[in-house]
Amino acid sequence: MSPETERADTKTDFGPRSLFDKVWQAHQVRAETAETPGLLYIDLHLVHEVTSPQAFSVLDERGLKVRRPDRTLATIDHSTPTLDFAAGETPPYATAAAQSQVERLQDNAKKHGITLHGWGSGHRGVVHVIGPELGATQPGMTIVCGDSHTATHGAFGALAFGIGTTEVGHVLASQCLLQRKPKSMRITLEGETGPGISAKDIILAVIAEIGVDGGTGCVIEYAGSAIEALDMEGRMTVCNMSIEAGARAGMIAPDATTFAWLEGREHCPEGADWDAAVTRWRALRSEPGAHFDHEVMIDAASIRPMVTWGTAPDTGIAVNTPIPQPRSASHKRALAYMGLQAGKPVAGARVDQVFIGSCTNSRITDLREAATIMSGRRVAAGVRALVVPGSVAVRAQAEAEGLDRIFIEAGAEWRQPGCSMCIAMNGDRGEPGQLVVSTSNRNFEGRQGPGVRTVLASPTTAAAAAIAGHVIDPAELMEPAHA
Amino acid sequence: MPDIQAPEAKDDIRQIDSRTFVIDQEDIDTDQIIPARFLTTTSRDGLGKLAFHDWRYDSEGKPLDAVSLNSLDTAQCRVLVAGRNFGCGSSREHAPWALHDFGFRAVISSEFADIFRSNSARNGLLPIMAPEAAHNWLLENPGVAIRIDLASQHVDLGNGPSFDFAIEPFAKHCLMEGTDPLGFLMSHADAIDAYEADHT
Repeated sequence: MSPETERADTKTDFGPRSLFDKVWQAHQVRAETAETPGLLYIDLHLVHEVTSPQAFSVLDERGLKVRRPDRTLATIDHSTPTLDFAAGETPPYATAAAQSQVERLQDNAKKHGITLHGWGSGHRGVVHVIGPELGATQPGMTIVCGDSHTATHGAFGALAFGIGTTEVGHVLASQCLLQRKPKSMRITLEGETGPGISAKDIILAVIAEIGVDGGTGCVIEYAGSAIEALDMEGRMTVCNMSIEAGARAGMIAPDATTFAWLEGREHCPEGADWDAAVTRWRALRSEPGAHFDHEVMIDAASIRPMVTWGTAPDTGIAVNTPIPQPRSASHKRALAYMGLQAGKPVAGARVDQVFIGSCTNSRITDLREAATIMSGRRVAAGVRALVVPGSVAVRAQAEAEGLDRIFIEAGAEWRQPGCSMCIAMNGDRGEPGQLVVSTSNRNFEGRQGPGVRTVLASPTTAAAAAIAGHVIDPAELMEPAHA
Repeated sequence: MPDIQAPEAKDDIRQIDSRTFVIDQEDIDTDQIIPARFLTTTSRDGLGKLAFHDWRYDSEGKPLDAVSLNSLDTAQCRVLVAGRNFGCGSSREHAPWALHDFGFRAVISSEFADIFRSNSARNGLLPIMAPEAAHNWLLENPGVAIRIDLASQHVDLGNGPSFDFAIEPFAKHCLMEGTDPLGFLMSHADAIDAYEADHT
């Protein structure tokens, strides 16, 4: 037996167990052995148009059926346009390939009896926004999707992680995955965050601390008073970016905040079943003395508004702090690509576009944060600002609150829901050389279009950049404007 | 071990004799390996021309002569050596599909992102974690001839610091024998039925 497989569960089978241990053990169909991985049962499989067509093709080639269409939920989000179009018209797809990809999912969902929140659904939207919104995401579940930001659902105390397309096929056919148990890490954030500091600032600070590969091989549990103080949207933002530190998943223990957020949602149990579920969910939290392979402590009170200066998500620094001297050739290359200088802060960098959206920051609280800054102000001349709600339901909620008017009057574009400029495969993108302040999750070279330079930030900081026309500490715009 | 054959056994991966191609850069993410705008495909074939696309082509889509990836003879050169944390970012299996179609059969680094690593092993692309000394030697000696032997989990670097590598035993079995993991999963239908009966 190799050391890797011998590790097994001697530490966690008998002693105090973590949230992760409990969810993992409850889903073992077959335990792992030295020779073979275990079979992990999957409660909820989320599907979108980009990573599923080749998996459905394998099922067709083998003559296999989808084992549990009732545990499979699909939407269209990545390749879909965010422009308005009239009912009955073909959506204004960026390419014919995008259209045929969406149509392929429509065909596959119909053929296999899978619920698809497609065009016309009141719950179409970014896959990691609609799962929770529908209450399909619940504590203690195992949730997978062919999408690395699936960890978002860990905010509810689910074990949720991204998988490749071959594995999408495995889950469609068997409702199981071949898995060895990952290692565990607990990141504890104690202290009270300062005014205007959001979950995005917290997770950018965490990734800067542990590095872009600091969580590789691990499932992270986020704990501590600063995590408990977050609302569910904030917890989703934190868990969402676990992959940006290399982690398989991120989880937060479910509590009263979680239950209050979920109660009454479409897929959640009701009445006595709800009460029984809450009792079960309360028992999920990590027990005192539970084993973690790694422990990290971070002082939440010290976190400032964060922005990234480089081309990896661990290059976050406080907006007014000087960019550090490059420590490697990769850092030098990143600085050259970004057109930024070591020794100077990111604050002051001229902005071409601002993107408020993505599975990280497109929920109603994110839009409220951005609207607070934009209210009664104007987007700076020469800056294009895109506000893309995470779902049809988020868009409707924002419109009910009048947020759309605030954005439109400020000169921002109020778009239809989708992944949009986070991944820039639907036609929403920047131009070569442009600097985009983005509430999304990745600042890789070319992520938002060839040659585009991305600065990751919170909705508050992004909105402030749109107003100022350059990167700025949002504290300078915290006082309401007088229209 | 289960004995369920995949449609085609991946013979060519059991022993790889090849020169290396070195990209001495850390944190090469999946958007570099294949940019997201090409993910609207519904096929897994023919993605090699898109591998490292934005490094290889100009804004009009013309190949850049100065980029050595564009003149690489992948018959001689089937092993990519890259800096630490290769394949970070998205879960797109298009990344190993593109690298395999381009002609690579193994990637050597000192660390891989989790999803990329598991995706690669399923697609005939060996992800090999090298110890630091061997990794540094490979980065400093581009183009050397090496032999990768999967059965013995050994990389022979000739005059360099040869090393043994780890691979998850089932992934190795599947690569060696052509076993299909989906067939293995489906062979457990009774256990899955029983689990579902207990958890309704």
